Amino acid sequence: MVVDELRKRFVPNGPDVVDGISFAVGRGELFGLLGPNGAGKTTTIGVITTRVHPSGGRVLVDGIDVSRDPVAVKRRIAVVPQQSNLDRTLTAAENLSFHAAYFGSNRRDRRHRAREMLARFGLEGREDDAVNNYSGGMAQRLMLARALMHRPQLLVLDEPTSALDPQSRLFLWDTIRELRRDGVTILLTTHDMDEADLLCDRIAIVDHGRVVALDTPRRLRQLLPSDAGLELLIEGGSDPSQLFSGIEGGRRVEAHSAGEDRCRVRIYGEDERLTEHAAGLARRAGWRVVELRRIEGTLEDVFVHLTGRELR
Amino acid sequence: MRPITRSDVAAGGQRMSAWRAFLGLCQRDLWATIRHEPVAFLSQALLQPIFFLFVFGRVLPEIGAAGNAYGGQLLPGIIALTVVLTAVQNTALPLVIGFSFTKELEDRLLAPLPVEAVAVQTMLMAAARGVIGGLLILPLGQLILPGGVSLGQTTWLGFVVILVLGAVAGAGMGMVLGTAVPPNRISVTFAVVLTPLIFTGSTFYPWAALARLRWFQVLTLANPLTYVSEGMRAALTPVHHLSTAAIALGIVVSLALFGALGVRGFARRATS
Repeated sequence: MVVDELRKRFVPNGPDVVDGISFAVGRGELFGLLGPNGAGKTTTIGVITTRVHPSGGRVLVDGIDVSRDPVAVKRRIAVVPQQSNLDRTLTAAENLSFHAAYFGSNRRDRRHRAREMLARFGLEGREDDAVNNYSGGMAQRLMLARALMHRPQLLVLDEPTSALDPQSRLFLWDTIRELRRDGVTILLTTHDMDEADLLCDRIAIVDHGRVVALDTPRRLRQLLPSDAGLELLIEGGSDPSQLFSGIEGGRRVEAHSAGEDRCRVRIYGEDERLTEHAAGLARRAGWRVVELRRIEGTLEDVFVHLTGRELR
Repeated sequence: MRPITRSDVAAGGQRMSAWRAFLGLCQRDLWATIRHEPVAFLSQALLQPIFFLFVFGRVLPEIGAAGNAYGGQLLPGIIALTVVLTAVQNTALPLVIGFSFTKELEDRLLAPLPVEAVAVQTMLMAAARGVIGGLLILPLGQLILPGGVSLGQTTWLGFVVILVLGAVAGAGMGMVLGTAVPPNRISVTFAVVLTPLIFTGSTFYPWAALARLRWFQVLTLANPLTYVSEGMRAALTPVHHLSTAAIALGIVVSLALFGALGVRGFARRATS
């Protein structure tokens, strides 16, 4: 999927809500779109899913221009929205079955697949319930099941876990990983940094209608070099305050007592040999190293660094 | 003859899949009506006409406020009213709710067919409900009206044509209402639009009988329901009615106008 210099302006002389967004998602990739409210994520998703006409630029799904042939694009995609849009007149099984009917599946196939999907998403025994009686987590699972009924090539998940309990969220994460293994291309929007970090192959951070950073989660975290370094938990020595002050490759040192004659020390710096230097220094001064780990900036730090702290 | 190319095949496949999606949507609507909401549908469609038939067609003649033959005049108008109002309500309300509150329309809009085709499908299914509502007035009239229903002078072809076209025109009006009115205003709009629609549609009297109230007679020509009522009167009774050409023109203009505006309004709400 290719988004190329996408622009959208809803009012003729108003601002560009999407102001030249470009990114490409490879087949089978799990791509995250991250950004504060009003950054242009939902509008971008709207264009990809044929619901918003772009003011400029273009979007290709499987090589097909979304504006030129929306019907062909609709055959290839599926969307799980933020808010439930299930058919409340119908039961859960009927929601799945009729969705498949729209995509030309015959009655026997779609009944079979609906049963299969209900079992996979833990909704067995609730298939004849009215979806009005479904909890938020169940509705979410049913919408994902519905999205998969017609075997889409591109699955768009718009903030899928924002209203879920931890169990449902873990289940959803597992399912997303499975789908990725099955080769489904996934576009995910989220506010949840851990979710993006955990799941996505690559992430585009969007703000004010533009892509402000695009990379793998790991490389994005490294955008904040001042937050990289080491954390040690040491015990048994005395006066840690001056211990690491002149350490080679360290820019800044923080030491706090951690109780029971233990001390937690953070040494900031990117030097590869920082670990050896720190361990050596501690040992020579009579400290025992209990715990040692590298620290990186979190995605959240990077996000706030790039998009600022103002409320939207 | 031009050889069949790969893109021809692709276009044929696309039309096929759009057609299947269209049928899938129809199946869903039929299933939902028959299986899940038959009572809701029937009461919404029939309760009001039942009371009109009973009060105007039975009670008024009984207490001497109307002539005994009035029921025969009333019946075609009530059929027309039921057809049009049922079609209006079965497009306008679900659209308002589905676009804004429940978002239920989203899954239909992502079905593999053009948005305009979804609009047409929605209108046709609402029209089908209107047709069923209208047909059910016949046995109800037989039960309620003192003189029953006499169909001896019915032009059946005319009856069916007016029934179907009136229903589609009503669905078009409903679609315009449902897509043009913001959701928070729908209840006031219904009150403001439906009441005049009901009472200026030549429902309760033949149009020609308004000759002594000329200004009102002219005014009622602006109401699409007038042409459906007069068409029903022409098909079912021998009384004097609007000319066939005027009826045809009125219905065709309503169909074209509201159909086009409705589809356009739907496409506008569906995409931005």
